[in-house]
Amino acid sequence: MLAFILRRLAQAFVVMLSVAFIAFMLFQYVGDPVASMLGQDATTEQREALRSELGLDKPFPVQFARFVGNAVQGDFGLSLRQGRKVSALIAERLPATLELSMAAAVIALLVGIPLGVFAALKRGSFASQVAMTVSLLGVSLPTFLIGILLILLFSVTLKWLPSFGRGDTVALGAWTTGVLTLDGWKHLILPAITLSVFQLALILRLVRAEMLEVLRTDYIKFARARGLPNRSVYFGHALKNTLVPVITITGLQLGALIAFAIITETVFQWPGMGLLFIQAVQFADVPVMAAYLCLVALIFVIVNLVVDLLYFAVDPRLRIEKPAGGH
Amino acid sequence: MTTTVTPAPGALARFFDGDVWHSFKSSPMAITAAVIAAVCVFCAVFANWVAPHNPFDLASVNLSDARLPPAWVEGGSRSYLLGTDDQGRDILSAIMYGARISLFVGAASVLVSMVVGVALGLLSGFAGGKVDAVIMRICDVMLSFPSLLVALLIDGVGRAIFPNAHDTLAFGVLIVAISLTGWVQYARTVRGSTLVERNREYVQAARVIGVKPARIMFSHVLPNVMGPVLVLATIHVAAAILTEATLSFLGVGVPPTSPSLGTLIRIGNDFLFSGEWWITIFPGAMLILIALSVNLLGDWLRDALNPRLR
Repeated sequence: MLAFILRRLAQAFVVMLSVAFIAFMLFQYVGDPVASMLGQDATTEQREALRSELGLDKPFPVQFARFVGNAVQGDFGLSLRQGRKVSALIAERLPATLELSMAAAVIALLVGIPLGVFAALKRGSFASQVAMTVSLLGVSLPTFLIGILLILLFSVTLKWLPSFGRGDTVALGAWTTGVLTLDGWKHLILPAITLSVFQLALILRLVRAEMLEVLRTDYIKFARARGLPNRSVYFGHALKNTLVPVITITGLQLGALIAFAIITETVFQWPGMGLLFIQAVQFADVPVMAAYLCLVALIFVIVNLVVDLLYFAVDPRLRIEKPAGGH
Repeated sequence: MTTTVTPAPGALARFFDGDVWHSFKSSPMAITAAVIAAVCVFCAVFANWVAPHNPFDLASVNLSDARLPPAWVEGGSRSYLLGTDDQGRDILSAIMYGARISLFVGAASVLVSMVVGVALGLLSGFAGGKVDAVIMRICDVMLSFPSLLVALLIDGVGRAIFPNAHDTLAFGVLIVAISLTGWVQYARTVRGSTLVERNREYVQAARVIGVKPARIMFSHVLPNVMGPVLVLATIHVAAAILTEATLSFLGVGVPPTSPSLGTLIRIGNDFLFSGEWWITIFPGAMLILIALSVNLLGDWLRDALNPRLR
């Protein structure tokens, strides 16, 4: 197990290093920072001075090492568009995105898993067929259309919920949160639903397929033969064994949630990192793009690691040092 | 060996007599999807002749017709069936022209990623060893990030490299961005099938008589691994169109001078609150129609080509 974790850590390190390299390469393509910092009428000496001050006269590997060193400390320089420190910009936007993604993940899991179990147990019933059809739509509709339809229905036509921004927020130190005010919750509902639809449909379909698979196995028949009540067969025996693939997909989807938040944040003008990133892409604001890229990659790598470790918690077979035979 | 197989005379007749066509005829879902997809493609390709107006011809656009609702709503005009946008352009025509751009970008991206993916997959499966390991590691890394993020990143890099990209270049960057995220699926599928095929007797026989590896790869193995690739390509067309629409909706897709469905939805989104829902809903409906019908066709094709389901 230790060897496995070490190997995973090494892989994660390589991925982070290659992402950092891509981010570093981004900087090589956006014009000359010296020219943009000094303006048109600087002398050659001034340019050379600034160049050596910024370390731009050093060889390529030295510059890269310097970049990584700064990145580890969270220093990505100044945003080209807003002239502020990128780390401050991101820190400001991070809570909004995390709250949105968490809310969406909770909705997807709390609704998706029970509905999936239901659709598997009551296979062929009208209600479960409705659930399956709706989930098919959920997988094929693009996120931004779902958001627009929700706004049209709940904000424009019914005027129940706001469609714009985060509402009233409360600052807890550096973390501004919207979940302490009623207004904040109202603003959270539509974006969170929009973001969760795809994952919800995915989890529903996955849980249903896995449940159907597991319910056919011998140990379920045996549990029934022992006279266990349905509830304990379904939830104690069957659901537990469907969890490994569900954890994998959910874990990977957590990362996807943060990526898809870009779309949701654009539709709802939610002031999160995604909106920051999309503006950075539109204006070719490289420091912001590089920082977002590294941060998202870091979140992905951590999530993947945690998912791998969860396997050991959920599946006792993996804890045995040497797997017994091919399975 | 210059003699080639000549399938020409009976190929069409064989197809209509074959399993695939039979399975198509007996699936009402597939026929419906095919008809819808065909109508969409027809309207898109022949938009110049089919569309009632030319939304890009400034002379024919009349500002006094701006923001007209669809024909069946009060205040609508019969000459603008689905209403007009804020500049008096006919929505129906804009959708047809927009669908053409969406379909073009989608098809081009699928073609590019198919060529790249199939070539790398063949190479990976056929060569094995280090080449295989490197290609598969790249695939793993690509797969661990959502494709939308990768496409956005490549698009962003493209914009940073060519800050003043004009139309053709912007299209190129967009197509490359979508293709570079799509090839992984093809590579993995083709590699899997190639690993099976390369140990078959016909490949060994070809080796024995001294056929060059490249020729074995392309003219012997390739035709036998194309089945799953076709299924993948069909579903990928829908995915590519949706990715393009998403990027355009985010404002980093096609140039605004040639709006795709995603751009139309983005523009219409601004008028949602003033009550002009038709500007954004109809392009959205068209997008869903295309994506759903293509997806259903892909599902059907997968079942039809699967020998185990016959």
